Amino acid sequence: MAAAAPPANPASITTLAVERSLASRKRDWLGQVFQVVLLLSLILSLAIIVFLLSNVLGGAWRVWTDRGTDFLTEGGSRQAEAAGVWQGIRGTLTLVGFVVLLAFPIGIASAIYLEEYAPDNTLTKFINVNIRNLTGVPSVVYGLLGLAVFVRTFGLDRNDEGGLTGGKSVISAGLTLAVLVLPIVIITSAEAIRAVPRSIREAGYGVGASRWEVTRMLVLPSAAPGILTGTVLAISRAMGEAAPILLIGANTGFFSSGNQSFVEQLQGTFTALPAVIFGWARETSEFRDVTAAAIFVLLVITVLANGTAVWLRNRFEKQW
Amino acid sequence: MNQLTEQTLVTVTLPESSPERSGDAANRADDDSVFSLRGVNVHYGSFHAVRDITMEIPRRQITALIGPSGCGKSTLLRCFNRMNDLITTAKVSGSVIYNGENLYDSYVDAVEVRRRIGMVFQKPNPFPKSIYDNIAFGPKVNGIKGNMDDLVEQALRDAALWDEVKDKLKQNAYGLSGGQQQRMCIARAIAVQPDVILMDEPCSALDPIASARIEDLMTELKAQYTIVIVTHNMQQAARVSDRTAFFTVEVDEARSSRTGILVEFDTAQRIFTNPSDSRTEAYITGRFG
Amino acid sequence: MTQLTPMLPGPEPMSLRGSPRRRRKERSVHVVLLSAALISILISVGIVYSLVGNAIDFLQKIDLSQLWTTGYFPRRGLFDLKTLFIGSLLITGVALVVAGPIGLGAAIYLSEYASPRMRRICKPILEVLAGIPSVVIGFFALTWIAPNIVQRIFSQSGTFSLAAAGIGVGILIIPIIASVAEDAMRAVPLALREASYGLGARKITTSVRVVLPAAVSGIVAAFILGISRAIGETLVVALAAGGSGGSVFTTDITGPGQTVTAAIASLSFGSDQPAGDDAAFQSLYFLGIILFIFTLLLNLAGDVFVRRTRQHY
Repeated sequence: MAAAAPPANPASITTLAVERSLASRKRDWLGQVFQVVLLLSLILSLAIIVFLLSNVLGGAWRVWTDRGTDFLTEGGSRQAEAAGVWQGIRGTLTLVGFVVLLAFPIGIASAIYLEEYAPDNTLTKFINVNIRNLTGVPSVVYGLLGLAVFVRTFGLDRNDEGGLTGGKSVISAGLTLAVLVLPIVIITSAEAIRAVPRSIREAGYGVGASRWEVTRMLVLPSAAPGILTGTVLAISRAMGEAAPILLIGANTGFFSSGNQSFVEQLQGTFTALPAVIFGWARETSEFRDVTAAAIFVLLVITVLANGTAVWLRNRFEKQW
Repeated sequence: MNQLTEQTLVTVTLPESSPERSGDAANRADDDSVFSLRGVNVHYGSFHAVRDITMEIPRRQITALIGPSGCGKSTLLRCFNRMNDLITTAKVSGSVIYNGENLYDSYVDAVEVRRRIGMVFQKPNPFPKSIYDNIAFGPKVNGIKGNMDDLVEQALRDAALWDEVKDKLKQNAYGLSGGQQQRMCIARAIAVQPDVILMDEPCSALDPIASARIEDLMTELKAQYTIVIVTHNMQQAARVSDRTAFFTVEVDEARSSRTGILVEFDTAQRIFTNPSDSRTEAYITGRFG
Repeated sequence: MTQLTPMLPGPEPMSLRGSPRRRRKERSVHVVLLSAALISILISVGIVYSLVGNAIDFLQKIDLSQLWTTGYFPRRGLFDLKTLFIGSLLITGVALVVAGPIGLGAAIYLSEYASPRMRRICKPILEVLAGIPSVVIGFFALTWIAPNIVQRIFSQSGTFSLAAAGIGVGILIIPIIASVAEDAMRAVPLALREASYGLGARKITTSVRVVLPAAVSGIVAAFILGISRAIGETLVVALAAGGSGGSVFTTDITGPGQTVTAAIASLSFGSDQPAGDDAAFQSLYFLGIILFIFTLLLNLAGDVFVRRTRQHY
């Protein structure tokens, strides 16, 4: 605007000069290249996802148009055209059941202990360091733990036959996955509990509530959304893990048949989606499309679980 | 023995005198005092927060604790209902005798102590629940019998809040103004039928009008309750308190540590018009702190 | 004594005992919660116990010279450790070449250049990448990266190669490096950037000369944690690096190879697992404890660096 009107006095000439020198950007080639390179690296990492998903979608689409829902209801097979994911889905959901029933209560209880009850002593510090380290242990090592403890120690009786867990069984795999995600559940729940303001606790103690009453009635409801988010993270981690369950002995064969009792089924052989995917990925290239389709199913289940959790969390938050 | 008891009575008016007493007599408080503190020290780890406090808190009166920041008055207040237990590094020594029982005796249940000795905090801290549930929480966990609706109404009436909230009891307490929230916190404390109400700078987050309403409320409440209030505001202490205790910080340059000590404890009138200690005088006339 | 009694206020003694029922409940809750917290220690003990016992058994069954030979063929009694270590090292190297620049670049962009809105969109997408199961990346590495990237660059490369697996692992650790590094850079106080701008420095100078050095501990931590994850990654390598059954000593990333994790995997997966207590099977645990110690040390080191960033500011 100053440029439009001719300057009337020396003062405004100065103003004009200053404005111009500020407006004319010196060309900063290096800076611009730098920024573009950074942006490219971000775009590249996002592009990998898009590309990967489109690849998976392509294969899944071909299977869907060829076979329809048949792929979802069939069991494993040596023939790519006949192979389906039903047993994998069932196995994955059963294993998630173990995680929900074991890792969640124990994990949340541990987090409550560490945040609300634990005195400031060596044992507490040790537990905390230990949990942090457990999150960094590679999943294949958890598989070895499961193999040694659940499959062999608790799995074989004196005649080397199926014991308590049934050896390479649903129970062994479920326990292993529960152990694997336990540190994640503890850490995320502890963070959520820590985020509840101290003033809420003080108010509760101030009217004569006991520690457990404060925890159960005030802290946990406030921390529930965060805890829920953490547990969903744990579920998706458990659903995607292949190495430990393969070590435990998941096979691409089949689940126990229907005429066994519930306990016998749990002590029987098993499979799960990641194991199915692993098995098919190593097959001939005829299995490419069904593998992609199985991956698609796994991703859909994961997204559904995440979505449910987000929905639950939003409902929880509205109450407060 | 008689002599000892007399000495105890004397120390009510002259709290600076010797904190050592025989254990027997120490457990007998004057009928008119709710708390007798005997040589109370508080440490946070290696930090000596409060040193050697001996004082008597009179029943159904308002006692104000004043002094510059860092003088340990809030820390001391939190010894009156064992709130310091919640800080893992805090260590309290000496005795806090409440109606003849030492709060720090091993048999004493801190939860029961806090039921009898309620607390109102610096910032209003409602639970993220409805107004009704806020008030009902304490009676519920403490198993107080009676009609809950009546109990809630009575507590809110006592806190002079009933008329303002009676139509929105089911609404979230965070919808109230700051002053209303603080009165609701007082109602919440009253609802468990305590004996004493401790207030830790209850007006520091409020505007002058809201503060004035809380002060009025305090004067009404002292007919029924013993009130101990920590305040930064000297005018407030002068207006509401019957007795006033002045604390200050003792700085040890060599160890770079700061310790709170009790300088003078007397009627509010004495403290604010004719203090006997020069440090008190310097503080109330605004020359330091 | 007696004449003093009227002076007492007269509450019933020990009235502050509280409700015994409530105290009992409180105590049992405490015990239950403590036991839950102790389970995590039990898990660590379980890991160490099961690995160490079997690893010692293994070492007693073999001759130590079997650990230093021409290749890793457990069924033939050849347990050459250098084959596996070099394999793991090569995979980690390739992964870092891929993920280091991309992850760090993305981190700098998100921390220094991106608008809040862009950050809000991009961060969850990166989290999605972090959540993709490794078996999926393994499949991708085998069926797409190997033929379309590795074989185009190195025409001699076959279906399986350490390079393809390494790129796959690199994709897996991009989000780890990006998020830890970004956190570190965001922790650098605004005042430091303002001081730099105040001296007339440009954005690139500020980012490279001021923010990066200030966040260096956190960036080191990001790389350490990325390396730890890369060493522990199993399925991508098991699928894309080949070498099931064994591998001769190799330093050629265009050919198949074996890593510590993949060796564990190929021994135990599938129907032809060696059974029971023979040396080949127990070598699993020996490799497991090596892997456990390595990653533990790396994670502890990463932790030290993460904490150092926090202490700075």
